[in-house]
Amino acid sequence: MSTAKPIVAASLPYDVEAVRRDFPILSREVYGKPLVYLDSGASAQKPHMVVERMRQAYEEEYANVHRGVHYLSQLSTQAMEDAREKVRGFINAERTEEIIFVRNATEGINLVASSWGRAFLKQGDEIILTVMEHHSNIVPWQFLREEKGVVLKVAPIADDGSLIMESFEKLFTGRTKLVAITHVSNALGTVTPIKDIVRIAHAHGAKVLVDGCQAVPHMKVDVRAIDADFYVFSGHKLYGPSGIGVLYGKAALLEAMPPYQGGGEMISSVFFEKSTYADLPYKFEAGTPHIAGAIGLGAAVDYVSSIGLDRIAAYEHEVLAYATERLGALNDVRLFGTARDKAAILSFTIHDIHPHDAGTILDREGVAVRTGHHCAQPVMERFGQPATIRASFGMYNTREEVDTLVRALQRVREIFA
Amino acid sequence: MMDLRELYQDMILEHSKHPRNFGPGEGANRHAKGNNPLCGDRVEVHVKSKDGTIEDVHFEGKGCAISLASASLMTEMVKGKSEAEARALFDRFHELVTSKGPIDMDRYAELDKLAALSGVRDFPMRVKCATLAWHTMAAALDGGGDEVKTE
Repeated sequence: MSTAKPIVAASLPYDVEAVRRDFPILSREVYGKPLVYLDSGASAQKPHMVVERMRQAYEEEYANVHRGVHYLSQLSTQAMEDAREKVRGFINAERTEEIIFVRNATEGINLVASSWGRAFLKQGDEIILTVMEHHSNIVPWQFLREEKGVVLKVAPIADDGSLIMESFEKLFTGRTKLVAITHVSNALGTVTPIKDIVRIAHAHGAKVLVDGCQAVPHMKVDVRAIDADFYVFSGHKLYGPSGIGVLYGKAALLEAMPPYQGGGEMISSVFFEKSTYADLPYKFEAGTPHIAGAIGLGAAVDYVSSIGLDRIAAYEHEVLAYATERLGALNDVRLFGTARDKAAILSFTIHDIHPHDAGTILDREGVAVRTGHHCAQPVMERFGQPATIRASFGMYNTREEVDTLVRALQRVREIFA
Repeated sequence: MMDLRELYQDMILEHSKHPRNFGPGEGANRHAKGNNPLCGDRVEVHVKSKDGTIEDVHFEGKGCAISLASASLMTEMVKGKSEAEARALFDRFHELVTSKGPIDMDRYAELDKLAALSGVRDFPMRVKCATLAWHTMAAALDGGGDEVKTE
């Protein structure tokens, strides 16, 4: 199946209304008001093509994969492997077997911590994180610290939410083995200078794991251009189903790593004396996978590719710039994360109103935002703020929705006046 | 649909802006900390209890309007009550904010001012905000110990 970008379409203006029509949920109302969905950073909505592809997978092609000799098993296996190939092309990995299907980015990070970390890290080895990591890129490394005695070092950020590169670089020592870092901060929207980060890490002999959850829906990601050793993301933030995610790893690294979980599919042969493991990627895919999920993710990749990540990025950048301008003009709104290079996320507080109260009122105006610490408590702590309101944008959001958010904030003020 | 004003009644807003009995208090002999991991809200409750009677109670912390107002109203309501009465009041309050369907407020007359928080019933995501201070007070009466979590 072709995933080529239609070059003609790429030159056309971005038709957000056409995009919106692909997402049936966007036409619904909540509390009698049109839904304004500004929570794609938590999970994106699904275009009907993805849902339809999954329906087809279940209703027309379904059987277990890589096992049966029968027709449906072959069909199902082919569909899942096609999806793997689509994902490979999407992030420009060199080889299809470098794409490991996992449940989500969290599982991808846990896989690397558990398998690579346990096998190759020793007591006193150092891992560099940043203060703006999601909990899922902190806690697995803490497990490793408890088990192996590795040392975690945390790179600081500036007041605008950008990584302080000089401080980051100073954290490296002869014992630095890994940098585990976000590509785009889920709480602030900061885009990290990932190529520079990888270059510096590699110069110090350290590997790099990139959490790309908030990056892949918003920009073209090329894992080879980045030269990432590991890159993880979740399907559900990329307009695909939940329960499926991707771990990309360089083949040489993945081959050297021991399996993560034991079970069916990941073995080559099993005897009670000894089992041998399957080749990549199956070595890391024990048990029956989320077959329809993988196929649905493939459809999501097709969908965003058909519109073009560069066009999506350019459009979203406009919406984010507009939202930043409108909210930035409000005297009682404080923005968190104002770095030059940002994507899709606007974190803020209004007056001294607690984000939860604001969120409840916005909700009644039809505006869905996330409020809280966004699973990134250290960065909230950095700003002395237990919680913020986070509006996160997707390919379907509009300037008019930003206007609705601004009007709804007025309602928040009224209630708390 | 329920109006937001049912949730954010004037009394709630007023207590959240000017919480009563805010601070460490004096002579408190029972303490506990509470935490709502979902939103990062934290509260500490300090109880001065003598011979099974709550002579004084204070709280400190940060939180949303619902959690602050609930904590503030709680301190007013339990002061002077026996520990058993305070726990019984918590049970009734918890029952009120978690009950489903139509409700006869006359049955909850003893909750007095706390009835202002009855709007929380229609906002299930906010029940934890309304009960955090109460869970924490109960933990203080139990002798403190581990931090109370709503998750």
